[in-house]
Amino acid sequence: MEVLIALCIGVLVGCGVYLLLRARSFSVVLGLTLLSYATNLLLFASGGLRSNQAPLLHEGGSFADPLPQALVLTAIVIGFAMTAFMLVLSLRALSDLGSDRVDSRRGGEER
Amino acid sequence: MFLAWIVAIPFLGALLPYGAVRLVPKQACGAAASLAAALVSTSALIIALSHTPDVFAGGEVHASMPWIPRIGLTLALRFDGLAMVFVLLILGIGLLVILYAHFYLAKSDQVARFFAILLLFQGAMLGIVLSDNLLLLLLFWELTSLTSFLLVGFDPRSIEARRGARMALVITGGGGLALLAGFLLLGSVAGSFELSEVLAAGERVHQHPLYLPILLLILLGAFTKSAQFPFHFWLPSAMTAPTPVSAYLHSATMVKAGIFLLARFFPVFAETDIWFYLVGGVGLTTFLFGAYIAIFKHDIKGLLAYSTISHLGLITFLFGLGTPLGAVAGLFHAMNHAVFKASLFMAAGIIDHEAGTRDMRRLSGLWHFMPITGTLAMVAAAAMAGVPLLNGFLSKEMFFAETVHHEWLGHLDWLLPFIATLGGIFAVAYSVRFIHDVFFGGPLQELDRTPHEPPRWMRIPVEILVALCLLVGIFPEQTVRPLLDLGVQSMLGFEPRYDLAIWHGFSFPLLMSLVALVGGLLLYRLRRWLFRAHDWVFPPTSGASVFQRLSTGLQLLARARMPHPTQASLQNSIAWLLLTTLVLAIWPLLPALWSLDVAGLSDWLMGLELSPLDVPSLGAGLILVVAAAGVVGLRRQRLQATILAGVIGLVLSLAFVHFSAPDLALTQLTVEVVTTILLLLVLYFLPQSDVARLSRWRRTRDLVLAVVAGTGVAALALVIMTTQTPSIAEYFLHAAKPAAGASNVVNAILVDFRGFDTLGEITVLAIAAAGIFAMLRGIRLHTPQRDLFGRPWSPDVHPTILAMLSRPLLPMALLVAVFMLLRGHHEPGGGFIAGLIAGIALVLQQLASGQQWSAERLRLNYTRLIGAGLLMALGTASAALLWQRPFLTSAFWHSESTWLGELELTSAMVFDTGVFLVVLGTVMLILDNLGRLSGHRQHGRRAGHQVAAHPAPVPAASAPALGSAPWKS
Repeated sequence: MEVLIALCIGVLVGCGVYLLLRARSFSVVLGLTLLSYATNLLLFASGGLRSNQAPLLHEGGSFADPLPQALVLTAIVIGFAMTAFMLVLSLRALSDLGSDRVDSRRGGEER
Repeated sequence: MFLAWIVAIPFLGALLPYGAVRLVPKQACGAAASLAAALVSTSALIIALSHTPDVFAGGEVHASMPWIPRIGLTLALRFDGLAMVFVLLILGIGLLVILYAHFYLAKSDQVARFFAILLLFQGAMLGIVLSDNLLLLLLFWELTSLTSFLLVGFDPRSIEARRGARMALVITGGGGLALLAGFLLLGSVAGSFELSEVLAAGERVHQHPLYLPILLLILLGAFTKSAQFPFHFWLPSAMTAPTPVSAYLHSATMVKAGIFLLARFFPVFAETDIWFYLVGGVGLTTFLFGAYIAIFKHDIKGLLAYSTISHLGLITFLFGLGTPLGAVAGLFHAMNHAVFKASLFMAAGIIDHEAGTRDMRRLSGLWHFMPITGTLAMVAAAAMAGVPLLNGFLSKEMFFAETVHHEWLGHLDWLLPFIATLGGIFAVAYSVRFIHDVFFGGPLQELDRTPHEPPRWMRIPVEILVALCLLVGIFPEQTVRPLLDLGVQSMLGFEPRYDLAIWHGFSFPLLMSLVALVGGLLLYRLRRWLFRAHDWVFPPTSGASVFQRLSTGLQLLARARMPHPTQASLQNSIAWLLLTTLVLAIWPLLPALWSLDVAGLSDWLMGLELSPLDVPSLGAGLILVVAAAGVVGLRRQRLQATILAGVIGLVLSLAFVHFSAPDLALTQLTVEVVTTILLLLVLYFLPQSDVARLSRWRRTRDLVLAVVAGTGVAALALVIMTTQTPSIAEYFLHAAKPAAGASNVVNAILVDFRGFDTLGEITVLAIAAAGIFAMLRGIRLHTPQRDLFGRPWSPDVHPTILAMLSRPLLPMALLVAVFMLLRGHHEPGGGFIAGLIAGIALVLQQLASGQQWSAERLRLNYTRLIGAGLLMALGTASAALLWQRPFLTSAFWHSESTWLGELELTSAMVFDTGVFLVVLGTVMLILDNLGRLSGHRQHGRRAGHQVAAHPAPVPAASAPALGSAPWKS
């Protein structure tokens, strides 16, 4: 199971990095989304993979590590805010520069 | 802690002008803001006055609270004689400045902003003089630099104002850094950052080998703030500030902060040779230099600025003498100068206001038009020149006396009185020039408007200050003596004998005064020759222009050093960043990789303790891999790519379900929904045009980077997962019930154990929402009328079935959200998830029935929602302080009732509700504003005619302005 998760993380990172280096802003946002999936999964998996041991203390027994879960939970929500921010930033760039290319620029640089 | 309010009130009250402006109709805004500011300053003054009896009775008022004890930072304040003198100056003149500014800024629509910054400055200034801790003092010191930056650059449209503000910030802020270093050294030598202990450690500091660096660094701070040569040039450049600011900051208060520092640390540093030569030398140079330059300034404020520099030099010199009497004279002159210079700046502002110019070459004969202002200016200028019966005369006379009685330079002893008299001559000359050029000197020249007296109340502050000049000048013993005595007592620790009499009999200092008066008048008569000689001798350069040239040069140098600045590419930057990371990560592993053999690797892999693999997991993993590859392959078909990204998210939430993380699964699922809506909303605007493909080499490079990164992280993940490391999970699992009263440990961590993190995280959410809100303002986007294949969009924007189905869903979904929120402490749920669910429920209504429809039925201001949520979380967190518990301590009550069954109430639930509101507000703010952009499509369609199979992105200028529509629903 660990190998499968590691493989998934690796694929997500690879695809994310490749998309991150594309020329158009939407690809970059997709790349960031994949990267944040990968990061969340990695963080989560670092606490160990256990089934049917949700950290809900209703009866005794052993529980999964709650700390990575708490970290990842906020990371997911912040990831959404970051995605939204990047998207709106790319919209703004489109509005101001007239292109959705990452490296587009208008005229010379202003001071 | 009553004392702390003197400092706290201006800081808190800075919000008041804004609030006041909101409450009243537009034409009363100015008055409301000024009144609010005056109210704030008055309250602070009343509290300060309520403490004065203690000080007059010979005591000191202290207040102290630990802040960061580890670094020796305490919120310690002391109210002693010296602090009192400055507090009264800051608040008294502050009040007059507020009254004056009310009339000066009458027509500006930025009154609230002005008074808010002014009050912040006032608070910072009060903080400096009241601090009883070096680090605290420094904090306020830097705050004055920052607020003065905002005040000098108050008019952001003026390039001069921006330049002046930047210069002031660089010089005084740089000095602040030196001061920080000096304080840190001083604190380590004295063994404490508490002022009382530092002051008591004077002997030890003198003997210490670090004495010289400490002194130099602290003096650097004082000299930059007090505009001493050669750092003086920021002050004339800062004259671009509105005149009330110049009157307040650049004559009465901020520039006196450096003087205050000299006075405060006088017992620690004075009485050494190096102090005398450094402080005395710099002060004397500044005194003479400033007085001389002031004569040649054509701008009234320029003249006053250089005169201020000169007077600050004089005061610095007096402290530099290192004698008790010198310090007395220095403190006295600092008070006098604040009074007469503030009134002169105000008079200059009135002249500027009423005549439309401050250029003395254009002004003349104003006496006939504004005799009262003229009289006031004349008295104040006479005080500045040191004419008898005015306050300036008394302290200048003390200064002359000190130069005569000093015996440090041996056979050069005559030099000090000589320079002092020369400076006095210059001072008389520029004072006469100001009065004569402006009010007399021939008939009025052609001006843009006919000057007249200012409004009655605008003159009041000037009149009060001028009356003070006269009162102190004529009855010094009765008026200023008690205050000065207290200041001197707390500055020196004892009270030297000194005399404030106006008449000492015929003495050498009196002769010097007479020579200065007569010489100054003579010099002014010869001004034509003088000006010609000045132009001939002095090159037309200044510190300011040198600074400007240096900073421009530095920028050019930085640009020249940057590799290909015009071709800087973000894509390349990212690639470099990734490459660097990879190299850094792999570098330490190189030896291990070198000696790696296949057999060893497979042995290691075989030896791993792995959990068993099941078929559904394998299938899900396969789907994830395929979907990820699909996102890459289909990235140009954005809709498909978006859907595939959603698939990955769903697989992820399944994984969370499988591996015992129900909270995460819920979060991932709901976030997936909002993210997909978000992506779809944006898709609409993105241009369909094809972009030239990247070169083969670039694609190969990216592929290599991606493969290496993916392999590396996969290996890392495998190692992490198979390595047993001690975990702190046990602590949370054990403490959740007894300490937080929670069964859901994840939620307990979020809202209780690591509540501070969560507070930070929702703040990040709010900041992201604010950033998005700002970026969407005034955005201009091309809205395509047709889809890719040239078909017009469906006219059925809100399908009836969806609309009908969604309506009964809303209350149920909201109920689920509330349920999730309430049960979060014990079952999967909580503020984050509840906020997302509620957000989805509301967005569904907007999608199904239209934004207009929803907005009419649900009036929610999302920015306020976010603000309320943040305040709620912060309020719950701080409530613990009321019970003397650390920030964020939570409380819980367990109760059983027949009605509700077992009920657990926790304060963390309120915190979680704050989280809920922030998340809901953020989601809605983002989606609603984005939706609003495309919601304009209907209008665009009616207006648009062109049919383009592949609508190319049009230049921004020709696109319709979408975002200019009002935001409020």
